[in-house]
Amino acid sequence: MNMHAQPQRTLAETALIDAFGERLSLLPGDGAVMVKRDDAIEAIKHGLPTRRVESWHYTDLRRLLTKVPAFEAGAVAKALAPILEGSAVLPVLNGVSQTKLPEIEGVAVQRLSEKLTDGSVAPGLDPYGSDDAIGALNTAFVADGYFVDIADGAELEKPVELQNLQAGGQSHVRLLARVGAGAKAVVVERQTGEASEDGEALISSVGQLVVGDGAEVIWLIVQEQPDTATHLAQFKAHIGKDAKLTLFVMNAGGKLVRQEVVVRTTGEGADFKLRGINLLAGDTHTDTTMVLDHAVPHTTSTEVIRNVVTGKARGVFQGRINVHQYAQKTNAKMACNTLLLSDDGEFSTKPELEIFADDVVCGHGATVTEIDHNHLFYLMARGIDEKSARGLLVKAFVAEVIEELDDEALVEALEARLDGWFSTHG
Amino acid sequence: MLEIKNLHARIVDDGTEIIRGLNLTVKAGEVAAIMGPNGSGKSTLSYILAGREDYEVTEGDILYNGQSILEMDPAERATAGIFLAFQYPMEIPGVATMEFLKVAMNEQRKARGEEPLKVPEFLKRVKEAAASLSMDMNMLKRPLNVGFSGGEKKRAEILQMKLLEPKLCVLDETDSGLDIDALKIVSDGVNALRSADRAIVVITHYQRLLEHIVPDSVHVLYKGQVIKSGDKSLALDLEANGYAGVIGQAA
Repeated sequence: MNMHAQPQRTLAETALIDAFGERLSLLPGDGAVMVKRDDAIEAIKHGLPTRRVESWHYTDLRRLLTKVPAFEAGAVAKALAPILEGSAVLPVLNGVSQTKLPEIEGVAVQRLSEKLTDGSVAPGLDPYGSDDAIGALNTAFVADGYFVDIADGAELEKPVELQNLQAGGQSHVRLLARVGAGAKAVVVERQTGEASEDGEALISSVGQLVVGDGAEVIWLIVQEQPDTATHLAQFKAHIGKDAKLTLFVMNAGGKLVRQEVVVRTTGEGADFKLRGINLLAGDTHTDTTMVLDHAVPHTTSTEVIRNVVTGKARGVFQGRINVHQYAQKTNAKMACNTLLLSDDGEFSTKPELEIFADDVVCGHGATVTEIDHNHLFYLMARGIDEKSARGLLVKAFVAEVIEELDDEALVEALEARLDGWFSTHG
Repeated sequence: MLEIKNLHARIVDDGTEIIRGLNLTVKAGEVAAIMGPNGSGKSTLSYILAGREDYEVTEGDILYNGQSILEMDPAERATAGIFLAFQYPMEIPGVATMEFLKVAMNEQRKARGEEPLKVPEFLKRVKEAAASLSMDMNMLKRPLNVGFSGGEKKRAEILQMKLLEPKLCVLDETDSGLDIDALKIVSDGVNALRSADRAIVVITHYQRLLEHIVPDSVHVLYKGQVIKSGDKSLALDLEANGYAGVIGQAA
């Protein structure tokens, strides 16, 4: 994984390698899948990435991942009410998909364990790049999840909600989706769970989405892990010709969190929007890392990330946009704005633009601010006490990103999640 | 209702003294106009009354109904019934106007020990107040003051004033940025609030506003002091002859 020989394996590395030996006989997969798993554990044997690996510079996984809990096969997780009323819920409970699933018109759902067993998902288990620690961890251990296939032209009336609900210990899940040409869908990906008795949890979750030509997808990742959980996640997408993907990522929990977003425009006219909210509290570490490839001409993207940092929380946003040589007329804009509410909190932003085409519009901006005292004075001058006024302004700072979604039900559901966070951390 | 006694105040950041021994008394039921050339301290006075932290009172006192307000923060002053209509109302993205109005009204009610307004009653009050100011309800669906024109912002200030029903209203250059029609609407809105138990302080550059909101007293502010007080004829005199004469007399 990197050139430096590690002097000695960490406890976490050793635990992962030992766990692989113990779990191997339980893991589903044909020969092709098992080869991928072997490759993945080899990568882990070379050591988890450290700050010397550029893409992990702000999240030294080797140092930060201090402990790896055992698998807790007997632990119980229960499906949750969906955040959008009427959604079709597909729960993964403590790492296991369910057999009794709702019928959804225009949608075929398969358990991922079956697709591992028959090997049809083997090609998708390859890592991307050379530092894909989350991909490697997940490929080594993934046992279940779902494959959601949305038919060409299907316009889903109700959202699909994928729930990955951990119950302590380890769980490794993949959530795959194909949205057919011209289809329209809203997909919610919930990542949460109850803190187990000893409190430790290690979750890896990889989402893979193919957006067909002309399709429109809104995908919402709502991460609300307990503050004892390590949550390592990846979302990979290909966006086809004239297709639109809006990815909304809300991180509002977890002790050590990294959410990677790896997106490629594969057809002309493709449009990608990333909207992110990081609500950071306590002594936690949350990293959102995006790698976006504008790989064909005439594709557009905008990325807006809003962060609220309290307590001793540390946050990271890395946004890398690669504009390939032939990807003329690319239009890409990225912004990362942070509201720093504590002297002990920190947020690191690293925008990177790598542009090989000569006729493009690309820009990025980053700000770190405190609450605007003029705004605070205005609200207080109307009789709103300081605490409530601050709360209103902080919520407003992130709510702006939500309101852009322009769908009342979605906006209300997400603002309810915000209110939930503010009521416990405000 | 309002007694300002030998008030001295300076800017916290650089120590510049803006208010230099200001005395002013405004009684309940009175409309007092404060006029003065640019830089005389008019807006600073309004901010100090509202409790802005950028200014520090170094001497003197401000009494509201006989009690000093210097130790009260802006929210406490507002719930006590002091309202400042801003010269430049803040645009606050992300805060919905209706939500803001509801929170402000209910926080004030809470501070007075009253029950929060029920939604239908709240909506009714907002609709009535908006209609009286010829404001479109759609405007109130936007974030607070965001994208409002200068005139719309001023109307929104008066709307808030109507809804919050303060006892001491301070209007800081509410006429600036208003065309004739809007000036009439806003003035009518202010006049409707005139009552025996309410005092209104109108800060303005021009006589124009005072034709619509006729003051009981006029005070000329210069270099942080009230240098002359009179009745409404003083405003006409200033309009005709400028500030130079009054300033000359005082010096």
